[in-house]
Amino acid sequence: MSVYSLYVINKSGGLIYNRDFTEAARVDTNDSLRLASIWHSLHAIAQQLSPVPGCTGIELLEADTFNLHCFQTLTGTKFLLVVDPHASFIPALLQRIYELYSDYVMKNPFYETEQVIKCELFDENVEQLIRRYLQQAM
Amino acid sequence: MSRAKHQQLNIVDRPLTKNKAEVPTVSLSAFAYLFSEYIQYLVDRANSITELEERLERVGYDVGVRVLELLSYREKSLRRKTDVLDILRFIHGPAWQYLFGKTADDLQQAANADDEYYIRDYDLMVSRYISVPRSYEPFNPGTLAAGMMRGMLDSAGFPSRVTAHFVSHKDRPRPITTFMIKLEPAVMQRQAFLEAAKKG
Repeated sequence: MSVYSLYVINKSGGLIYNRDFTEAARVDTNDSLRLASIWHSLHAIAQQLSPVPGCTGIELLEADTFNLHCFQTLTGTKFLLVVDPHASFIPALLQRIYELYSDYVMKNPFYETEQVIKCELFDENVEQLIRRYLQQAM
Repeated sequence: MSRAKHQQLNIVDRPLTKNKAEVPTVSLSAFAYLFSEYIQYLVDRANSITELEERLERVGYDVGVRVLELLSYREKSLRRKTDVLDILRFIHGPAWQYLFGKTADDLQQAANADDEYYIRDYDLMVSRYISVPRSYEPFNPGTLAAGMMRGMLDSAGFPSRVTAHFVSHKDRPRPITTFMIKLEPAVMQRQAFLEAAKKG
């Protein structure tokens, strides 16, 4: 059970935050940028193609070795969390990350919206949250 | 009946409340967003970090002057505090409580200087959500609170210089906001004079 990485994608599909929680999950910077923009487009396409009325896009991608959970805010910012296939309560965890984002990123006067997130306090709090989540899951 | 009428009155028409439980509070988020916007406004207009801090401090100063006036009225302490420690305790206690919802964590005199005092807050409300980037390094959002303290001290008759600093502490995850208060020589002279008079 573990959490691999967190991505935050802005509403135009740019990667604004990327953090790996384990060494194994590290990918190339170019690859993560590519992942962000591909996910952004797939998400938009899925939303239009879906037969389900009121579909908001892809929420979960299941693979053999990982699960990718996506949470989209009302403003179009997307939070992606790559986790172990057995991890549970990920939507709640994403909700908490969104909370941290709105506190430590949006209330920070030195952050410019839609730009890359460089906020020490956000880093620290995300780190702490993941650590606590993993402890609880043990 | 009278209660209902009291509630209907517009906030500016209501009498200054003396009941502690009735003191209105502002949502922390509302404050945080407003403060964040204000700092952005100042960053756009200030040419240097010193100027940025000066402007922020001046705003705090005006708040401090008003808060002292209001609190002295509410606390019914209509006699002016003449002792340095009294006014500092007042700032550390009731004033901090009124402004930030808690008292400050520490009040201390500097070891090597009589005219220097420190007030510490482990989690200062105004800088709770703000990460200062490297390029703005010496800037401290707590300067607003420093301005408030200078405003209170100044209008109580203790002209001084107050500065806010982040001090790292090994037992704490976050740096502690430390306010350094340096009183002007005139205040110290008066203090010495008062103490001598007290001794007779």
